[in-house]
Amino acid sequence: MSRQEIKTDKPESLWHILLTFLKVGAFTFGGGYAILPVIQQEVVNNKKWVSPEEFSDILIITQGMPGQLALNSAIQIGIRLRGIPGGLMGALGVTAPSVIILLAIAAYFYPLLRDNDYVQAIFYGLRPAVVALIAAAAVKMGRGILQGLNGVILCAVLLLIAIITQIHPIIILLVGGLAGMIVCKRGV
Amino acid sequence: MITMLLSLYWSFLKVGLFTIGGGYAMIPLMEAEVITVHGWLTASEFLDIIAVAEMTPGPISINAATFIGYTMAGVAGSLIATLGVISPSLVLLLLLSRILVKVIQNPKAANFLNGLRSALVALILLASFTLGQTAIIDLPTAIIFGLLLIASLLKQVSPLYFIAAGALLGLLLFPY
Repeated sequence: MSRQEIKTDKPESLWHILLTFLKVGAFTFGGGYAILPVIQQEVVNNKKWVSPEEFSDILIITQGMPGQLALNSAIQIGIRLRGIPGGLMGALGVTAPSVIILLAIAAYFYPLLRDNDYVQAIFYGLRPAVVALIAAAAVKMGRGILQGLNGVILCAVLLLIAIITQIHPIIILLVGGLAGMIVCKRGV
Repeated sequence: MITMLLSLYWSFLKVGLFTIGGGYAMIPLMEAEVITVHGWLTASEFLDIIAVAEMTPGPISINAATFIGYTMAGVAGSLIATLGVISPSLVLLLLLSRILVKVIQNPKAANFLNGLRSALVALILLASFTLGQTAIIDLPTAIIFGLLLIASLLKQVSPLYFIAAGALLGLLLFPY
């Protein structure tokens, strides 16, 4: 029997699942929406672990569930390949590089560089850049989500409540969800 | 120390549990927990950490959790905060995925998620205003904000380019 045939008969090794997601976690910049296409390329096109249809099912659950996009999809792909141990390997793979890299920065590089004038200048420019990205995210999400008048009114009312009451965002999210169940009965 | 670790875990668990749809959904929650509720960081420190989380590989909220956890309680803090932010995904997807798939397909749940996403838009918008007050402090920072906001609304490119542009403009325009 050739190697190729053995490979297709056997379930995917846990080690291989871990390595695949370690690579995704270590080399993909720009957060969840940048990571998902890389995961898709890797598991659908390169490894053929899931079909394109399965991957779009995975995406629906990924986006409707709590948690990080990359993590949610890695867990689901791991589960499909090797059950719960596979899911854990997927989770470990996308998380471990972040932890190692950020620990190195937080413990070593950041304290070393923090007081440097040029680093100060970089952060002076980075802060408004990050705020611009956050504001743009709100606008883009709004364009995609707030199609009908109901959604826009709900969003505006919740914004007012959040500004006036300074209440915890979790409460606002829950109120929004409950209002959605009432308002969106006929579709948003 | 134990109390700090417990409250880090609990705070980041809440962030993970209510980050639905990924990406910037976690910003308002993390801001509330880390700045408003616990006063662990100033708004400016928080923005610096988000910037670092944005320019390093991996999911932004996991990166930020590791950094904030380390700042508050060293290596143990970073591991606990990260575990907190990934716990909801682990528990829900590993143990309850079959049930939850059915729940998500229920039209009532879809409406709940639609309403929740409307709330999320409001919260992210509000977060950009409150964080903007510490980031946009003079004319150069206002210019950086304006330019990058317009650019990111017009063009769909990786956030990494905006981070690079912010860093470069910061170096050029900083009042040394």
